[in-house]
Amino acid sequence: MIVAEQKPLDEIMQSVSEDKNVLVLGCGTCVTVCFAGGEKEAEILAASMRMRSEMSDGGCTVDHLTIQRQCEWEYLDSAADAIKGADKVVSLACGIGAQAIIERFPEAQMVPGLNTRFYGLPTKQGVWEERCGGCGDCVLEYTDGICPVSRCSKSLLNGPCGGSHDGLCEVSDEMECAWHLIVERMEKLGHLDRLEEMHEPKNWSAARDGGPGKIVREDLLREPPGEVDEGEEGTGS
Amino acid sequence: MSEQSSAATPQSNLAKVFASGAFAVTGELGPPKGADPEVIREKAKLLKGFVDAVNITDNQTAVVRMSSIAAAALSHQAGVEPIVQMTCRDRNRLAIEADLLGAWALGLRNLLCLSGDHQTFGNHKDSKNVWDIDSIQLVKMMEDMRSKGIFINGEELEGEPPDFFLGAVENPFADPLHYRPFRVAKKVRAGAKFLQTQCIYNMDKFKDFMSKLGDMGVLDDIHIMAGLSPLKGPGMAKYMRDMVPGMDVPDEVVERMTGAGQGIEDKAERSKAWRAEGIKYCIEQIQEVREIPGVRGVHVMAIEWEEAVKPIVEGAGLLPRPQAIGSAASA
Repeated sequence: MIVAEQKPLDEIMQSVSEDKNVLVLGCGTCVTVCFAGGEKEAEILAASMRMRSEMSDGGCTVDHLTIQRQCEWEYLDSAADAIKGADKVVSLACGIGAQAIIERFPEAQMVPGLNTRFYGLPTKQGVWEERCGGCGDCVLEYTDGICPVSRCSKSLLNGPCGGSHDGLCEVSDEMECAWHLIVERMEKLGHLDRLEEMHEPKNWSAARDGGPGKIVREDLLREPPGEVDEGEEGTGS
Repeated sequence: MSEQSSAATPQSNLAKVFASGAFAVTGELGPPKGADPEVIREKAKLLKGFVDAVNITDNQTAVVRMSSIAAAALSHQAGVEPIVQMTCRDRNRLAIEADLLGAWALGLRNLLCLSGDHQTFGNHKDSKNVWDIDSIQLVKMMEDMRSKGIFINGEELEGEPPDFFLGAVENPFADPLHYRPFRVAKKVRAGAKFLQTQCIYNMDKFKDFMSKLGDMGVLDDIHIMAGLSPLKGPGMAKYMRDMVPGMDVPDEVVERMTGAGQGIEDKAERSKAWRAEGIKYCIEQIQEVREIPGVRGVHVMAIEWEEAVKPIVEGAGLLPRPQAIGSAASA
């Protein structure tokens, strides 16, 4: 899932300092699971903002609402009135949901309430860790299921660098060395010799380095009504 | 060992030293945190004649400094053969290839390929990193450029290909320990001709590492240079032991350095005693590594202490060096 964390309250207050009527919009999917932007967080943030506002000029109304998913039009539409009625929407979704708001309602004013951090999972109560770099060219088959692109600080593809110690990364004692984990797992699986394979330079253009990503599935494209090919009309398909 | 380039092109002095069968000595010259070429010339003076070549570090520990290629060109002009260090942290494959074409054009002949320390160690912690390719892919890229005259994308380059004498590094003390010899073998297959190790303080572990390399049969294909860094005092020994990731400094080394200054009240005198002990210890280490099968040279890293190189190399009986850069260029 997408893992995010809330921005500091001061930063959020600063971004709505000119507004009288603010909507905190929560999202019921990934950011609910990571306790950053779900219903409860939206409610708490709105209350905190109201308190802050009352402590100063008191001129700001803050409402909150949570929809199931900010990153899809149909869910966003369910909050249309609230979004349109606000001077500013504080989005408690990831960066995708936040942008979806102004794409669907171009007249809306939106500021982000979260920092989107990574694709990850909860490894224990209260801890989330990155697991995927969205590189567009998965290497998990080669590394026995442990991602060096996202989990090695240097995204190395040919084994651990010289800074690995006690299973930890040189960057921080809070980080595991991904290559240490890979070596251990390969040993367990009895094919450490696979590490002798030379992994070729990666094609980074499959992700960000190739420009903004876009996938078009011809088989799923539906042509708008009226432009349907005559031959297909009335086939019921 | 692969042949180096035609007689018309000046060759690497370091490659010649290895080819002659002599025990090689390299040093280290860190570029300044500024643009003054005199700093390079001054350091070069302290090293000239005592080493076969010097590593010119590339933003070492991710702290910004004069570029390794520019500093290497200055060192070359000052008569000390440089080994250009190139890390994968700051440049993508496009930039690395371009910079190294330029390095060759400037007359630089040795190249050391490294991953590079993470930028969070340095003084530009907020910067983006690159790691488009890793150190092993870098070696392979430059080997293909050297031997096949092609870029990493398969296109042919114009004219005579840069025929760098290719080096790599390994840390025999980093985890996972038993994997390290395999990584050396991989670097050899990628095209590395010489390899410098991380600073050695745990000699038993280093011997074990070398014997594994021997068992794997790679020692005939690569010149291993034992990395040694003379200690300035117990403070440095403790720092290396406790603060530098992947460094293995046994307690007895710290105790030896502490002991050297014991009973000396005068600060300057104590520091002198520590440094003398550091040099003595380094000389003993050189004598010890020379006895290890497969060790073909030493890499003496006298960090911000270039003056120590001469007494160390001299004390180890490694002077005079086989040939100077001038004779290498005209040979």
